[in-house]
Amino acid sequence: MILLTSVLLGLLVLSAALCLLRILRARSLPDRIVALDTMLVVVVCGIAVGAVRSGSGVFLDVMVVAALLGFTGTTLVARFVERRGAR
Amino acid sequence: MIIDVLAGVMMAVGCLLAVVAAIGLQRFPDVFARMHAATKPATLGLALVLLGAALVVPDPGSRAKLVLVVVFQLLTAPVGSHLVGRAAYHAGTELSEQTVVDELADVELDQARGPSSQPR
Repeated sequence: MILLTSVLLGLLVLSAALCLLRILRARSLPDRIVALDTMLVVVVCGIAVGAVRSGSGVFLDVMVVAALLGFTGTTLVARFVERRGAR
Repeated sequence: MIIDVLAGVMMAVGCLLAVVAAIGLQRFPDVFARMHAATKPATLGLALVLLGAALVVPDPGSRAKLVLVVVFQLLTAPVGSHLVGRAAYHAGTELSEQTVVDELADVELDQARGPSSQPR
């Protein structure tokens, strides 16, 4: 299980890096929201894989809070974009 | 043993979906096409990884948290994507040249007074 979770964490780091690249290169705000949302999903997956790897569930609380705050943040910024325009 | 293999396969498929979505974020031409790529791991990928992890974590409390996040994400991911897509369209994000049909084009003309004045 240690080997498998190491490989999976590597894959997740790769996809988080690609998302970060998209955030940096994005031309509009909705682009950044989409990329940031995907990155948050990757982080939540990473916390779950890390919990399997270490065998302890201490960081799972962080995962719950991150998922909740991610939805709130996405909604807030989407409302903001709708009012202010995508710059 | 079988449970371990099943959990490993589920987590591996979920992580591969995350990689595919990240590649799609790089290669697709506009916001809406990127959203199409990005919403796959948000529901299916996350559910696979978290349920796979829930099969192998030792204590029931951790399992409950993992399942809770899956349920919550299945409820909120479509709502969030809908809001982002709607906001992007209202904000006048340009569509890519490869777009075939824009069914909201004439609706937008009627709605030019305010973004959310008309229920849809």
